[in-house]
Amino acid sequence: MIGGDPAATAEIRTSKENELRIVRQPLPRHDQAEKIAGTTRFAGDLALAHMLHARLVRSPVPSAVITRRDNSAAFAVPGVVGVLFGEDVPHNVIRVDVPGQTLEVAALKATMEVLATDRVRFHGEPVALVVAETEEALAEACELVEIDYAELPGVFDPAMALRDGAPAVHEAGNLLSEWDIDTGDIDAALGEADVLVEGRYETQTLDHAYLEPEAGVGWLDDEGVLNLRVATQVVEHYRDVARILGIPEAKVRVTAPYVGGGFGGKEDMTVEPYLALAVRLTRRPVRMQWTRQESLLARPKRHPMRMRYRTAARRDGTILGQDIEITADAGAYAYLSALVLLYSSVHACGPYKTPAVRLRARCAYTNNPPTSAFRGFGGMQVVFGYESQMDLLARCLGLSPAVIRKQNALSCGDVLPVGQPIATTVQLAETIDAVLVRVGEKPAPTGPRKVIGRGIASNMQSYGRLAWLNDSAAAWVGFQLDGSLSVRCGVPDVGGGQASSLAQIASEVLAVPMDRITVHFGDSTLTPLAGTTTATRQLLMSGNAVYEASVLLRDAILGAVGRQTRQPVDGLRLELEGVTGPDISVSLPDALVTCRRGNVPIESLGTFFGPKGAQAVRQLRSDRVFPDFTFGTHVCDVEVDLDTGQVRLLRYVAAHDVGRAINPRSVAGQISGGVVQGLGMALLEEVVVEEGVNMTAGFFQYLIPTAADVPDIETIVLESGEGMGPFGARGIGEPPIGPPAAAVASAIHDALGRRPTALPITPERVLECASGLNRSAESDQGKAAPY
Amino acid sequence: MIRPGEACAAQSCPDGVIQPVTVRLTVNGRFVTRVAGAHFTLLRWLRDAAGVTDPKYGCGEGICGSCTVLVNGAPVSSCVVLAAQLDGASVVTALGLCEPDGSLSLLQRAFHEHHAAQCGFCTPGMLVTAAAMLADGRHRTRDEIRSGLRGNLCRCTGYGPIVDAIEAAQETSQPAAPGAPEAGK
Repeated sequence: MIGGDPAATAEIRTSKENELRIVRQPLPRHDQAEKIAGTTRFAGDLALAHMLHARLVRSPVPSAVITRRDNSAAFAVPGVVGVLFGEDVPHNVIRVDVPGQTLEVAALKATMEVLATDRVRFHGEPVALVVAETEEALAEACELVEIDYAELPGVFDPAMALRDGAPAVHEAGNLLSEWDIDTGDIDAALGEADVLVEGRYETQTLDHAYLEPEAGVGWLDDEGVLNLRVATQVVEHYRDVARILGIPEAKVRVTAPYVGGGFGGKEDMTVEPYLALAVRLTRRPVRMQWTRQESLLARPKRHPMRMRYRTAARRDGTILGQDIEITADAGAYAYLSALVLLYSSVHACGPYKTPAVRLRARCAYTNNPPTSAFRGFGGMQVVFGYESQMDLLARCLGLSPAVIRKQNALSCGDVLPVGQPIATTVQLAETIDAVLVRVGEKPAPTGPRKVIGRGIASNMQSYGRLAWLNDSAAAWVGFQLDGSLSVRCGVPDVGGGQASSLAQIASEVLAVPMDRITVHFGDSTLTPLAGTTTATRQLLMSGNAVYEASVLLRDAILGAVGRQTRQPVDGLRLELEGVTGPDISVSLPDALVTCRRGNVPIESLGTFFGPKGAQAVRQLRSDRVFPDFTFGTHVCDVEVDLDTGQVRLLRYVAAHDVGRAINPRSVAGQISGGVVQGLGMALLEEVVVEEGVNMTAGFFQYLIPTAADVPDIETIVLESGEGMGPFGARGIGEPPIGPPAAAVASAIHDALGRRPTALPITPERVLECASGLNRSAESDQGKAAPY
Repeated sequence: MIRPGEACAAQSCPDGVIQPVTVRLTVNGRFVTRVAGAHFTLLRWLRDAAGVTDPKYGCGEGICGSCTVLVNGAPVSSCVVLAAQLDGASVVTALGLCEPDGSLSLLQRAFHEHHAAQCGFCTPGMLVTAAAMLADGRHRTRDEIRSGLRGNLCRCTGYGPIVDAIEAAQETSQPAAPGAPEAGK
């Protein structure tokens, strides 16, 4: 088995680098043809005979005691099969702990009811589950479930929630988690600094807005096993379902078909426990399809954060220290908030050497919609903070934004403020140079009341899960007798090419053409568990597991053929034609027969264990928090209309070092998709919540970028060859969403001389910055040197 | 928390009684007749009554475009029109863009070649909108293609590869004659 130490396997991964056949090829992904033909069946596309429909009745108020519940009128509707309340749930507790292949993290202790019984804490909290023969009966019955609420005072701001006397969201108090980092002597750094830059930044509540709303179908199979085929990033939730129903884990199977986008929003359970309850009650197939309105209303969001940065630096631009406070809104239930805030804390100083750090991060319960995982997972909100500071610093000192970043950039061997040394090469400076060369000269404005600005932003983002979660992934690779190959791996494919990359890795090692490989994925019972498709971990984890299994299988076949033909094994190779050596050539089917005759399995199981590190407590200190990091830089040119506040994106160039691009097209797709999602955060998107009431009820209010809102995203893929994934790959799922908001803000700052510090940067906020331009010098925040 | 169109229609029928109607449509070249509720949207009629599931439910408000189909050649958000209003119409979904033998059409091959699908959920609607663009014979610039895609949201690709695919399909399908007729203008 491959261990977490990259050095142990580095040799085997790089020795064949020059002869890669399939890896690094920009192949069409193997799942594309069906998706383009329209034949891929997503979770909500499955219909079974005698299938019932299920829907939740949710709280219309953000904070209340439930005083009465009556399901008799709803139950009387013809076609209604069941109306469930919390008392009907065997174990009415969702333990929103770290999902997947891990030990529990005791610090979280986060629970919520499957169906609220006596108290609701946010607008949209599930209170009743209705099951009916038709959607019409369902709709009518949902209206007739009688629930009385006695409203309680709520708290809707995390800072207010932490004050004495604030309404308690939970009995134990409103402070969910806090993390501190104390490294070096921050007071000395602040004292001896030539320049201190202070900034306050606010990010907004965001929705994942994948095009596929939450959906799934559940049924009992012939063995009495509860099957749930759902849109999820985590098939391991079968354990949570088993716990809620009080049945053995072996009696629940969760399968994830191709998922219509996840971005973290399908990491926590969505439809699973409700489908399970409905199937248990009726013993019939049941479908649950959330509406878009329901998805926007009730599924956990991205944490809005308030950040205060004080950055101390020398006159030459060298950073001496960062003094940082972060306050995040967890909403009404914990979900993964504590860990999201941990990510914010560890990433808060960005990809820069920072000798002294004082960080105080707090996350509070409120009666707002809960917040949880979203691409970037807390490591991306802080980019808006630290990159804004870098730009302000450059302006203060009259330095180039590019130079000041390169000057402070981390290198391999540097130690992060949390205590983790950087273990692989850092090509941050290369990404900065690459985007600046590509973007060229600034364009001229298209009109007299229009100004052009350019902004640059770099970031680092971890890939792989926290190093104390005992992460692992397994994969099975086996030949069929005709030489075609089956790969089984529990990875959910959320659209990023997770399964296709595995085929490409197996194809590389075992010399099987892509069209003769089938990847079976996302099945908690029939595929080896590979953990969650989250945390940019699947290429690292399941990629290495498939690599490991493929290498074991290849070596077993070469060994069997070597013994049978009396050839030294190290002279043999597995090629497209079969096993070849100086004196032999054995076709693959013949080699497989040789294996069978020699009692050599033609299949193998590989398990990859993630790198380990000491668990950090509130005072964050660990030799390893994450396996490794991905670095990148973006640059954008914008044109600002001084009369309307409209920001037009003219150019956008993004460069990341991905270690090794298993499939360059998939990598470019991840980057350009992440950038556009980040541009939505920068300019358009916000879930508006007023006094706990979610006012964002549809896509007519939640505006994600259209094709006409964004330019072509120009992607530059650097390959340092030093990641911890197979063939030296780094993860690239989350990293590209980090820089866009900061890059756009810097471009607007460049255009207008004043910096937007709150997201999204609406035309109103742009005009506020532009008013400074009209008032001339007084508001100017310094001037940076040209790039 | 009810899809708006359905909720309104359901409420118009007292006591939850739904008026069944027979709707005949040509779906991807085949005649399909189904009895379904008069309140069924075209999307629901296709998915739940006719078993054609490539048009997707994404928002129910006619905004995201995942449910786009061609109705008598024009792209329509099938979640905001009633099937009963379209009796006799011809409907084409992404499946219907495939060649008769089931292989990918020129446009679909361009999507394949240019990595224009990631999660694939918006793809059927995106393809139908693109097919309508190609069908009008007008040569479009990249900006015009982007503008034409405003009614189809994608959260994965960043749109560039989709624009690439449509641009390439446009070049292949019809060598652009300068001054080609601008249909629909």
